[in-house]
Formats: sequence, C-alpha cells, structure tokens
Amino acid sequence: MSVAAEAAPAAVSDAPAPKRRRRAPPFAPYLQAMPLGLILGAFLLLPIAAIVIVSFWDYDSVQIYPAFVTLNYAETLGSWVTWSTLLNTLKFVAIVWAITLFVGFWVAYFLAFHVRTSKMQTLLFLVCTVPFLTSNIIRMISWVPFLGRNGLLNSALVEAGIVPAPLEFLLFSEFAVVLAMVHLYSLFMVTPIFNTLVRIDRSLIEAARDAGANGFQILWNVIIPLAKPGIAIGSIFVITLVLGDFITVRFMSGGQSASMGLMIANQISLLQYPAAAANAVALLVLVLIMMAAILRIVDIRKEL
Amino acid sequence: MTDTTETPLGLDRRNLLKTGAAAAGVAAGSGAITGFPTIWAQNIKDVTLRQFGTGVSNLNAIAEKVKEDLGFTLQMTALDSDSVTQRTVTQPNSYDIADIEYWICKKVFPTGALQPMDVKKIKYYDQIVPIFTTGKLTPESTIAQGTAPHTVTFVEGPGAKTFAKEPTQWMTLIPTIYNADTLGIRPDLVGRPIGNWKDILDPKFKGKTSILNIPSIGIMDAAMICESAGLIKYGDKGNMTEEEIDKTIAVLIEAKKGGQFRAFWKTFDESVNLMSSGEVIIQSMWSPAVTAVKSKGIPCVYQPLAEGYRAWGGGLGIGKNVKGIVLDAAYEYINWYLSGWCGAYLNRQGYYSACLSTAKQHMSPEEWAFWMEGKPAAAEIKSPDGKPIEKAGAVRDGGSFEERMGKVACWNAVMDKDRYMVRKWNEFIAA
Repeated sequence: MSVAAEAAPAAVSDAPAPKRRRRAPPFAPYLQAMPLGLILGAFLLLPIAAIVIVSFWDYDSVQIYPAFVTLNYAETLGSWVTWSTLLNTLKFVAIVWAITLFVGFWVAYFLAFHVRTSKMQTLLFLVCTVPFLTSNIIRMISWVPFLGRNGLLNSALVEAGIVPAPLEFLLFSEFAVVLAMVHLYSLFMVTPIFNTLVRIDRSLIEAARDAGANGFQILWNVIIPLAKPGIAIGSIFVITLVLGDFITVRFMSGGQSASMGLMIANQISLLQYPAAAANAVALLVLVLIMMAAILRIVDIRKEL
Repeated sequence: MTDTTETPLGLDRRNLLKTGAAAAGVAAGSGAITGFPTIWAQNIKDVTLRQFGTGVSNLNAIAEKVKEDLGFTLQMTALDSDSVTQRTVTQPNSYDIADIEYWICKKVFPTGALQPMDVKKIKYYDQIVPIFTTGKLTPESTIAQGTAPHTVTFVEGPGAKTFAKEPTQWMTLIPTIYNADTLGIRPDLVGRPIGNWKDILDPKFKGKTSILNIPSIGIMDAAMICESAGLIKYGDKGNMTEEEIDKTIAVLIEAKKGGQFRAFWKTFDESVNLMSSGEVIIQSMWSPAVTAVKSKGIPCVYQPLAEGYRAWGGGLGIGKNVKGIVLDAAYEYINWYLSGWCGAYLNRQGYYSACLSTAKQHMSPEEWAFWMEGKPAAAEIKSPDGKPIEKAGAVRDGGSFEERMGKVACWNAVMDKDRYMVRKWNEFIAA
C-alpha cells in the first residue's frame, strides 16, 4: 500500500514537465501490462483455476468425472493421514529453514564483510554455485552410497573404531531428508542475504562502532535489520521449496516418510487427480498463508 | 507379382473410401488389410513404432532385432508401473504399442485407450500358453486369485470396453512376458533357511527388509505375508473387502512403526541397489532384479516359498488411434514377438514367454532344460548378452515351468475396492 501511495504523488509532480508526451491513451498502461498479464493468466491463473475445478470432480480408478462433490476435501481434510503428513512437512520446513538460515547467513556474512575485494567476492560466490552445475537429483542421490549401511561414512567410522556397528539412522531416515534438503537449498538462502549485505552502507557500521556499539550490538541492531529483506526472500524460497518437495523425501527416506508433495505425487500416479487437486489446493492455501505472514513482517518492496 | 500390383490399388481405393467415410470407417478399413510384409517392404521401413512400458521388457536388444528382422524402427520408453497406467489413459496419441501388465489392463481398457486385436491376424494364437486364454495351465489346474490374465484378455468386439467371460475373436493384450514372483534373499546374510512369506516379519531381520511401494502389487505381497503369518484369513486376496484391507494395512503399519522395513522401493533399480548394497537382506523382488544382483557377483536367491507365488503377466496392446500402415507394422511386430527369438531371449532372463513352442526352437537343449525343465545346468548358463550367470550343475530357484507357474497363489490385482485400498495404502506410507 505504501508503495502505491508513494508512487501516485510522484507521477503527479512529474506531470507538468513532459506534458507533450502524455498523449498516450488512458488504456496504455493496460496495454503495457498485457504481455505479462497474458502470460500470468495463461500459465498461472488458468492452471490454478483448473486445479480448483478438478478438485471438486468425482473419480474412480481410471477416469475422472465432471461433478461437484466435496468428497475430495472431506477425505483430505478429514483424514489423520493428511494432518500427520502436514505436520511432518511443517517439521521439515522448520528444521530446514532454521539450518539454512543459520548456514546461509554466515556464509553470506563472510562473503560480504570478510572478503575484501569484490573480485574475490564474486569468485567465491561462484564457487558456491558450482554444485548447481549438476542436477538436483544427482546431488541428492550421491548421498546414498555415502550414508548407506556399508557406505563410505559408516565404513570409515567402523574401521576407525568410533562406532561399533554401522549407524542406521544416516540413510533412509528423516535425518537424511533434512541433510539433503539443507544441502540442496542453502544457496537459495545465501544468495539473497549476500545481496542485501553487500549493499549495506559501511559507514553505518563505522557510525555504530563510533557510537560505542560492540560487535554483537552491530550485528543485532544494524546488520540483521538491514538484511531482513534478503532473509525474507531466502525464507520464501526455502519454505516453498521444502513445502512442495517430494523427490528428496521419497529418495532420502526410502519411502518411509511422507510430505504433502509426496502425497500429491502418489495420488497423481494412481490417477486420482481430483484427490491430488484437493490436496494441492490445501497446500497452496498453506503456502499463501505462510508467504502472507512473511510479507507482513518484512516489506520486501519497500526495502529493496 | 500380380498380387503386388493389385493389392496397393485396392488399398488406394480403400484409402479414398476411408477419407470419405471419415473416422467411422477407419477401424473397418484397417481391419481389412491383411498386411503382407513383401508388399509393404518399402513403406514399412519408414514406420516408427512407439512402444512404452515398464523396464522389464523394454529391452534394446529387442528393438535392434526388430530393425534387423522387420526393417522398421521400434522406439522404446521405460517408465514405472504407475506412470505407465497414467500415460496409457491420458496420452493415447503418444504411443502405438502399450506394453502393460494385466492388472493395468483391467484399469485402462475400459477407458477406451486401446483397441482390441483380431486374433485371426495373430499367427501363433493357438500356441499361446492357456493361462492367458482359458486361465488353466493344465486342464486340472485351479485358477489363482487376483486379476488372472484370462479375465481381462477378451472383449466382445472392436468397440467394446467391457471384458468377455469366454475367449472371443478380440484380444485386449497379446501376452508377451510373465513370471511367478516371490521374495528375494541374500543367502549369505539371512543366516537361516527362509521358507515362508511371513519370514519377512521376523524380528531378526528388523530394519533389513523392504516391500515394494506399488499399491496394486504391494498389497498382494502384504496379503501373502499376513496370510502366511496366520494374521488374516482372506476370502479372496485379489478382491478384498474393506475390512480385510483395513486389517492388512494395520499389520503393515505396525511393522513399519516397529522399524521392520528399511525402505520401500518403486522401481526395479532401487530394489537392485537395496539388495546389492546390503541395506536389505530379504524383500519383495522381481526375477531380473535377482539376476542383476547376481551378475554383480553378489549372492542372491529368488526363494520359493511354501504358500506359493504371486504371479504377474504383461502384454502388448495397440493404441486406439493406430491405423493404416502403422497398424500393420504393429501386428507384424506382435507376430514377430511370438515367433520365437524374443521368447528365447526372455526365457533366458528367467521370465516366461507366451509361446513356449516357438521359443524352444531358439534355445539350446541345455538352456531349455535349465530354464524350463528345472534340470541342473549341463553347461555354463549365460545371460542373453553373453555374461555367465550360472555354473554347470546349478539348478534354477523354484524348479521347472510347471512347478513355478503351477504354484501361483494369486495374480497382481485391481480390486473392486481399489480406491479405498489406495487410500489406505497411502496411510501406510504416510504413517
């Protein structure tokens, strides 16, 4: 709201000078916004509308039938499976978010404040992105031989006499899921935070120090508040990615753990589209609520 | 020569008619062409048949041999069972040949995604193993529970979507490949003889077992386990009541919460990896997966169990929109599939082929005795690509064809309560 309020007077004050150019017809802005509008309409709103519609349809094991039944929602929301899966998903979200935030912030902090030259910063940042040269799935799967019962880590631990028997919890467990997700998604936290940190005016930090603030006070009262937009954007990335994830959960838990995304994927593969659509709508609502909460705390547009 | 000049003319006329009569005439028109390879030799070379199916039978060797023997190109896509089901129904234009299992057929054929085939054009129809036509391996056999292939093999006519009870002229799938499944074990790690399905619930194997996460197949394995353990008595495992499903899933959930399972697998490769890495020592498995583990030099046995086998079968179906020369190529491909080379190739992998008589001609007597008669190998047994897999003197797990296929307790199934079962299965996976 504040953005719109600021923009309007600006347009008015600009108005007198380029009066000649204001010949554009009143619908010009709509024309300008049309390409994006069309793209979003065709590839975002239309599919979502289709999902919402299908979520009310009826189905059997092979076909779906146009209808208006609320059975899919009743089954989805009335089943303890959905709620326990949801809880499980939120647990993953909370853990992965906390760890990626911690790791991501300090990596970004190091890059922004400890690396002096901007050339070196760029170089080190590129190093962070190197793992992204391979596919998401490859990076995840490569943990499997490493963490397995007879994997590299367990063999090393057993041979070194640190543990008497291979650690079972390393693979096909929630630990493995969280580990892989942190590995996959940390960079999504590093990038936006790094972006906000490098743009912090150094004189603010000097001023704080001159005013007698210690290191922690500078971090808490100057850097973190200024890094809030980056943290918010990184959080949006990580939270939506974890909420929608199904492949990491399936592979790293060996099918033992479930997430909302995995449940939807299961239903789709069993041709239960309406049930999957109902779940997807529920998940979408959840994501929107979380995004609204984040945006309420941090006004990204104002701070960018 | 006269034949060759006459027939194309007839076809041209037919094509004209076809165009005129629009879609309605298509099925009839293509049905009337009794494609002779010689006539079509030139055109048919340009045909590309698009086949998709599960990994088990989408073998490159088959595509290469098709090119060599028939001249046209066979393009193969391998997917997991669920994706296969989905694609058959939702993208009927993306394939010509669907290589699906019989339980999938029960799901997809009623949607009209496939067209029935005229058995008059199937050269070896009479030699197809009777499991697929009458349901009985020998006249005395009893029919196993579940979706037995013969119950979904025939329909009344070209446009029919419901299955016929008796053999008719119209087949939904031409059987290609089938087998009797059981548990795979690592004999070096289990440390005791395994003789029953219930052994997978043995606390001794806690955290070292796996079952497959494909509901229609997994529920059958689960039923075999529960029945073997004496926990549940089923009326018909292949068509459970809601109460039976509830009880079965409850047993699974309890075992899962107790940490009995290490993982659940969905694709063939996952099962191979679980077994060969030693993560799992007893699990549901498919026979080529056992062969794959063995070929890595790791001991693995496809253990015959007292309660019998869970069987499955697959076949080739033709997409509803396939017509004209592509349809002819499809029939030719299917006839070729049954003509022996392919059957021998599959038999050598430990599967069974639909026309045993033709396959026998392409196998050496030693191979036939080992794979089909359950006799000790007279010479070293090689896999189809020439890798040695069994030494002389070895005997096939489970014995002869009759011993294995004769001891089928149930077929992979789609139940009347399918939707309910799938929901409960999801609860098990989420639990």
